[in-house]
Order: sequence, then structure tokens, then C-alpha cells
Amino acid sequence: MQAEDIKAMVQGHQVHRDVYTSRAVYQAEMRHLFRSAWVFVGHDSQTPTKGDYITTQIGDQPVIQVRHSDGEIHVLHNRCPHKGTKIAIDRAGNTGKFFRCPYHAWSFKTAGCRLAIPLKKGYDGTGLEETPNAKGIAAVGAVHVYRGFVFARLAANGIGFDAFFGDSLSTIDNMVDRAPEGRLEISGPPLRYLHKCNWKMLVENQTDTCHPQVAHQSRAGTAIDIYKDLGEPQPRPAAMQIIAPFMSPYEFFEGMGIRTWPNGHGHTGVNMSIHSDYDAVPGYFEALSKAHGEARAKEILDENRHNSVYFPNILVKAPLQQLRNFIPLGPDKTLVESYVYRLVGAPDRLVAMSAMYNRMINAPTSIVGHDDLEMYERAQEGLLSDGLEWVNLQRLYNPNEDFNEEAVENGTTERQMRNQFDAWVKFMTVDMDAVAAE
Amino acid sequence: MTRDDIIDFIYAEARMLDEGRYTEWLNLWLPDAHYWMPLDYKQTDPINETSLLYEDQFMLRLRVERLNGERTFSQKPKSRCHHVIQRPFVDVFDPENRVYQTNTAMHYVESRLDEQQLLALTATHDLRMIDGTLRLAGKKVELLNSDAAFGNILLLP
Repeated sequence: MQAEDIKAMVQGHQVHRDVYTSRAVYQAEMRHLFRSAWVFVGHDSQTPTKGDYITTQIGDQPVIQVRHSDGEIHVLHNRCPHKGTKIAIDRAGNTGKFFRCPYHAWSFKTAGCRLAIPLKKGYDGTGLEETPNAKGIAAVGAVHVYRGFVFARLAANGIGFDAFFGDSLSTIDNMVDRAPEGRLEISGPPLRYLHKCNWKMLVENQTDTCHPQVAHQSRAGTAIDIYKDLGEPQPRPAAMQIIAPFMSPYEFFEGMGIRTWPNGHGHTGVNMSIHSDYDAVPGYFEALSKAHGEARAKEILDENRHNSVYFPNILVKAPLQQLRNFIPLGPDKTLVESYVYRLVGAPDRLVAMSAMYNRMINAPTSIVGHDDLEMYERAQEGLLSDGLEWVNLQRLYNPNEDFNEEAVENGTTERQMRNQFDAWVKFMTVDMDAVAAE
Repeated sequence: MTRDDIIDFIYAEARMLDEGRYTEWLNLWLPDAHYWMPLDYKQTDPINETSLLYEDQFMLRLRVERLNGERTFSQKPKSRCHHVIQRPFVDVFDPENRVYQTNTAMHYVESRLDEQQLLALTATHDLRMIDGTLRLAGKKVELLNSDAAFGNILLLP
């Protein structure tokens, strides 16, 4: 696939349906986009002690996040350099001081370099030492841990971490600043939800503020009816606080605002959001004020960003300490892993609220997730229709919009979706253009 | 009250779910009871870690009314379900305090359009006798593969 082919699929106000349905496009995404971009791997609290590891994927590449003996986090390709056997297949574990392949017992330090090969004399004079296989487990191109969140770039060379994310890191900052002790800890394993649709549909939906009132009407509208029927008890049930704002009118979502940053990042909820009106948790403001002073604590809690998309494939909800990872498994298959984190030093009721939100909204058993998945899967099937080949992204479109500039706009704009596709073209073609220029 | 009465209750509850008699099913529950489906294998904390379900009566009622509602797009067309249950173990039989607990192995089948999925699970029912009627004080459904990746599970295993 050539750079011209990629560029022809994105026309500002519309994208060609092949970006969602074509296997060739998916393979190009894995080979180019997911190599060139900074992609989320995990959280450092998932591997707190030396030898701790988790297994995950960057695009279609199996990787291991591991805490090395010097305390640093490394991200390695999950492949024995000998025959290709995956070094680890459990989702989490501790390997001690070294990895040992279960097939032929080649062993490696937790930074990847080779430790030993049994019956090594069999390789004397064979030239093994000159091969890359002899070096050990290959590491990814670059790793950066930002306030506990581990990101990696597969390519050895490319855009730097700070240049890639820029001011979008302010959402992660706000999420971590909410912890009186200034750090987060993972709370339990993630929900794992399979979607028979393209990963980009899920990412786009995070800043689609014109669907909740429609797709989720059955749930939010019914909740309000039941609450009234129960005599509107106070304090409101936590479930009610979470659900009711989904039924807010279009004007509310317009007023929330959307901000976009360069390189495909952006968020809903600039001015306020559906997360602004939760009841205060006793003792929390006091704990945060003790750490930061009242004025700063208030400033931190007044920021109620709704959904922050970190291009290419994660969502962060700062007010609820949640992260969702949209892992592409094929052009029409995506695994969504939804994590909740504990604010270290804050009352337990906050993580309880996050866990409740997670199971109510993001679980395979969630009455909200059901309706979203229904829409994605209908779209994935509908896009096979030859009736039209283009998907429309035109709400509040301006032909002169410049995605290299940060912008704040009406909360119902589809600008963030267009911003993602602008970045999609950029990181799909950045290494193609480099090759063409050589 | 005999052990058979307890076992009959478990069978009748599964049948209500299979036949979609949700209003009748909701009336089995005591006001403070929760329906818990853990996410992690052998999970002990339903509050501070994510579960697949941990629903009070407000949420269960919302779920049921939504299943019956007109604008529930993921239930157009509707799903069907089928519980095949093994004879329950009555692990607690305490007529004096009117407290009972059962442990039941089940296979749960759910279908919609051309799709059908099978889940294996163990259900723990906590029952109380109130005014001569058995009521649900809690139900825990442990899926054999609770930590696997699932598509939609639309009804109640």
C-alpha cells in the first residue's frame, strides 16, 4: 500500500469505508501506524516489583512489560529469538531474575539480553554469535513512563514522546493530581470485551456526543422513570448519578465543548461534563487539600474532562480514573480492555465509584455497552454495502481547519474525528514518505 | 420446609429467566439483595474492583424494564436463554433461623439471530424464609471463564 492510496481515503469531511473494512488497510496500520506512534502498554503498578511482568499487544505485536533488576520498566517483544516461542503467555506473573524459554531453555536477563544457551558448544564455529538471534529478546524501539503510564514506540527512530503527546498530557496530569499521594494503583484486572468491528469506530465514539441521547435512551430514560417512581430518594443512588446525565439534551453536550490537540489527541468536556455533578465523597477534599492546599485542590477537582482520546487507541476518563485500551485484532475485530485505578491516599468510595461506572458502562454484561456494540456491529456490516462508499464526518466541518493548532469548539463537532484521521494519514505514511525520499 | 422445597426454588428461578417472566423474578428478591457476577476468578471484593455485574434492586429493575422497553436496540430482535442445571447442593439448611444456601452447577445458553454462546457457571443462592415464602437474599454467578474476553452477554446467566 502506497502513501497516495492512504491519503486518497481521507478527504477532510469524509473517509472511504475501506479504512474500516479492508484487510490491506488493517495490515498497513499494523506495519506503519502502530510502529510509528506512541502506544499505551500498561501501568507501572501492574509490575511493582523486580521480575514482575504483564503480557499485552502493541497493534498486532505481542509484547512483555517487565520490571528489570535495576527497577526500570522494559518493554520486550514476546518472542524467543531461537524458534519464536512466546516467552510468557499468562497475563501477569513474576519471572525472578531472568526469563527462561520453556522450549529449549535459552535464558535472558529481564532487560532482554542473552544469559545462557544449554549445550552451547553445538554452536561453536557456526556463526551464531554474528546473528541478531544470539543477542537476546528484542526490545521495542523506545519506552517512556509518564506519571505511571507506560508507552512504547515500536520503531527505533521517530517522533519523540513529548512532541507526540504535547499538551494532551494535561488529562493524565489531572487524573494523577487527583491522588493525594500523587500516584495511581491499578485496582483489579480489566474488563475484556470483544467487538466485531474496526478499532477506529470505538475511538471515534468516545467524542461522539450526539449518540448517547439516542442509542442509550432505553437505559437512561428508564432510570429516571424508576427514580421518580421510588419517590426521588436522597442522596441519589450512585447508579442514578452515573446514568441520568446520559439523557442530557443536545444543548448540554454542545456546551461541554471539545478540544483538539495536534497528532490526533482530543477531549470532550472542556467547560463541564456529564461527570461534573457527582456527590462529594466525605474526607476526600480534605485529603487533597492537605497535599496541595485548598485552592489547588479545588482547581484540580473543577476540571471535569469527559473523554480524552490519546491517539491512536486509548481513552482516559480523568474524573473517574479509568483507561480503555482499544486493541485491534483484525479489520473487524477489536478487544477493549477497561481498567480502573485507585487514587492513592483517597477514600475507598472513589475507587468504588470507578468500579461501578466500569461495570455499568463498559462490561460485556453492561446495559450501556450492549447498545454501543450493537451500533458498531451494524455499521461494520452496513459498510459492506456498495450503495455508498464514503462515511460522513461533516458535523460543524470547516474546510480551513488546521489540526496543527489546538482548538476548542462546540461540544457536538466531529472535528476530533477528523483530527484523528488527519493523524492517521500522518502516521500511516510517515515511514512510507521517508522511504520514498531516500 | 424440606431440602426439596429449596431445590424446587432454584429450578423455578431458572425457569422464570428462561421464560422471560422478569416481573415475577424481581419479586423473588429482598430489598437489600445483590446479584453478583465476578470478573476475576475467585474474586473476593465486589465493591472496589470491577465485576461483570454487582446489581442492587434499582439496577436489576432498570435492567428488566429496559429488556421490556421499545427503544432497546440491542434487543431488536430479542435474545433467548436456556439454563440447564444440575441438582443443587443444599450447603446450608437452617430452618430454625430460616437461612438456606445452595450451590448449583449450570450450563447457560444464550442466542440471538445466528449467534449462540455457551457459558459454564456455578451459582450460589442465599435464601431466607420470610412470611412463609422463600426469597432471594443474594445470588452469585461465577462463570468458569469469567476473565475471558466476551462479546455481548445480553440476558441473565
